[in-house]
Amino acid sequence: MFVPGNNPGMMADAHIYGPDSIMLDLEDSVTMAEKDAARLLVYNALKTIDYGNTEMVVRINPLNTPYGKKDVEAVVKAGVDVIRMPKTETADEVRELEAEILKVETEIGRVGETRIMAAIESALGVVNAYAIATASTRMMGIALGAEDYSANLKTNRTPGGAELLLAREQIVVAARAAGICCFDTVYSNLDDMETFRKEVELIKTLGFDGKSIINPRQIEVVNSVFTPTEKEINKARAVVAAIKEAQAKGSGVIAVNGKMVDRPVVLRAERTIALAVAAGVIDKEEAL
Amino acid sequence: MVTIGPGEGLQVDLQSSVAAQFGRQIKAVITETLEGLGIHDAHVEAVDKGALDCTIRARVTAAAVRATGKDVWKD
Amino acid sequence: MRNSKVVTLEEAIRRSGLSNGMTISFHHHFRGGDKVVNMVVDKLAEMGFKDLKLAASSLSDVHKPLIEHIKNGVITGISTSGLRGELADAISHGLLKEPVVFRSHGGRGSAIANGELKIDVAFLGASACDELGNACGVPRSENAKSICGSLGYALPDARYAAHVVVITDDLVAYPNMPQSISAADVESVVVVDSVGDSSKIAAGAIRDSKNPRDILLAKQAAKVIINSGYFKEGFSIQTGTGGASLAAVKYIREEMISRGIKASFALGGITAHMVKLHEEGLIGKLIDVQSFDKVAAESIAKDPLHQEVSAVEYASGQHLGSATHALDMVILSALEVDTNFNVNVLVGSDGIIRGAIGGHQDTAADSALSIIVCPLLRGRIPCVVPKVTTLITPGKSVDVVVTEYGIAVNPARPEIKERLQAAGLNIVDIQSLAEKASSIIGTPDALPFGDKVVGIVMNRDGSVLDKIYNICD
Repeated sequence: MFVPGNNPGMMADAHIYGPDSIMLDLEDSVTMAEKDAARLLVYNALKTIDYGNTEMVVRINPLNTPYGKKDVEAVVKAGVDVIRMPKTETADEVRELEAEILKVETEIGRVGETRIMAAIESALGVVNAYAIATASTRMMGIALGAEDYSANLKTNRTPGGAELLLAREQIVVAARAAGICCFDTVYSNLDDMETFRKEVELIKTLGFDGKSIINPRQIEVVNSVFTPTEKEINKARAVVAAIKEAQAKGSGVIAVNGKMVDRPVVLRAERTIALAVAAGVIDKEEAL
Repeated sequence: MVTIGPGEGLQVDLQSSVAAQFGRQIKAVITETLEGLGIHDAHVEAVDKGALDCTIRARVTAAAVRATGKDVWKD
Repeated sequence: MRNSKVVTLEEAIRRSGLSNGMTISFHHHFRGGDKVVNMVVDKLAEMGFKDLKLAASSLSDVHKPLIEHIKNGVITGISTSGLRGELADAISHGLLKEPVVFRSHGGRGSAIANGELKIDVAFLGASACDELGNACGVPRSENAKSICGSLGYALPDARYAAHVVVITDDLVAYPNMPQSISAADVESVVVVDSVGDSSKIAAGAIRDSKNPRDILLAKQAAKVIINSGYFKEGFSIQTGTGGASLAAVKYIREEMISRGIKASFALGGITAHMVKLHEEGLIGKLIDVQSFDKVAAESIAKDPLHQEVSAVEYASGQHLGSATHALDMVILSALEVDTNFNVNVLVGSDGIIRGAIGGHQDTAADSALSIIVCPLLRGRIPCVVPKVTTLITPGKSVDVVVTEYGIAVNPARPEIKERLQAAGLNIVDIQSLAEKASSIIGTPDALPFGDKVVGIVMNRDGSVLDKIYNICD
């Protein structure tokens, strides 16, 4: 969930709504005149507020602006979990950020703790998606930024999202090939929950791990789309149980309800159970 | 809203919506923050609407940085 | 017509036999649009009265002119459910020599009925009245200007006051029936241009809150209700009018529809939300002591299943037949809740009076399940505290406290705690909520209270519950 870095009120309790991850923004939601103040607000918020188990992310300004390096210093010193780099176009940019992070981590004696998320917001970024995704062991995920991307393509956003299809699929593919996560872009019309839900369903089908949101009211929709239904969970359990039984017996081909169960089915079942555990609908112990 | 100007010693004029309950604490945070930045002489005017200590620290630091031209982060 | 009781305000006051030191009373059904109190007290001041005791069912920001009248000795004592704005601030700083007596709506009803609060002259605003004094709060002609719906808080005054003056801005032909105030109880009728500012009497269309915190609190409150064990066919409910309370009604409604459950009645301050559920067939009857908006006022005028009740019939603790005794669940708000579940709805955390008891003490005590919904913090002001600034509703009446950081259940209700835990709700210790609050905002300094008692909080049974001291700055 995006939270503007110049809004201390929102930063103070964004976590009570239960987003998986909070992204404090120093970039596009903060005017140039306020960049220095926002950086300090974010730094102090990260150091003081108890965000519990929420993953804390900060979107910094690009390193080629007067703000980027200071942003990195501030948020690494504040102990942020992930730095989101905006408008990533090349693997070199990732490595440059990584070097900057390492510098600060070394200074404070906490090397290796900060991870990176790259936002891909241009045609070049999409073309280089795999290179970006594999540019650093700190890279935990790549995300699509549709507003800048569609402008870069010289088109505009549509409800159906046809203009985003390639970018979305490319980002999912690159992320999977690199073994990292992928996140879809924000949907800003808070009054149209129906279209929002359809978009979340679409990107889930495309294979995304999650979605960026801009308001707590959107949390429930995303969770409900991504949380497996009881039926799906039971089916998945049956598959996993059958596999275990087969392994114990040493038998080869497994069938569940008369259908052959091969590796993709098993992988899908495991993912369903992982999602169910992440959503909190089943306990880790029940899953095994 | 914090404005920092020249002064002798640290003088804080605070207007706060929670003056009775937290006025003393807020002034303490302001002076501690400034002392931490090596500022021991200043006149601070602060208008507070019930901000948390971490926000006050941020705002005071930002005002001090702008007033002195000396940033807390490396260039 | 012959035997008409219509006279000027001045004449009505003369006929009433009012003299210095006596008690006058008013209702607050015109809320922020009320003109009656100021109009009458201005006239009394003009006529040279002094040392009058003002017994209002409640007072708000619009009654700021009373400050001058207090300074001039026209009003020397006040009893009310609440005080707000500059009048409250002035009283908190010691404006009145006598402490203000605060009572709940039910408490005021009891006190009037049992003679503890003796009213010499009641000045009761009405939306329509006939020449003999049958009065009501609903429109009875096209000239109706100031509509309020139920006159519940005026009824005990009308019945028990020694002398009753009805003030209306719409004189209608006799008989103005069905009436709320009976002509048999009325001595004089005064017709004026306007008894209330209609733009401020009722809330406009109360929109559903889009505030994420309200929505979160509302969903939690609804889940508490739904899993409390009381959510079954024929249940009864009362809610406040805050954003979270109204939003909670929305989620409760969804569950009612999905489970096919209907409520037998809704009680208290009735809003358009409740009227809607009633008209949909989800709530059988509406028991109305105060109609909060135009929809509710229109509904009470035409719907026989939407019934007006007096403050006594609504919530008197001394009348076992009052409706609160039949109430299953109530959602209430709070300025502060402490670790013993005591609630303060009257005095701010800065020590200044800024609210009203309303029906809080009554509904919390008599209902089967009382639920307080409040944010943990309001800016830097903690709502869950080690000890309330002023005690309004004792903790033994309070069952559940819902905040965005978790839900606390009074240890006296272990069965409720079990049910809510089984439903997967985030049940926490109230002590941990108070600690969470202070870990975020720090520990407040002691308030600069003086030695002068400016307010006395009465319990429902007429005993003193707490005292409010003046604030020094």
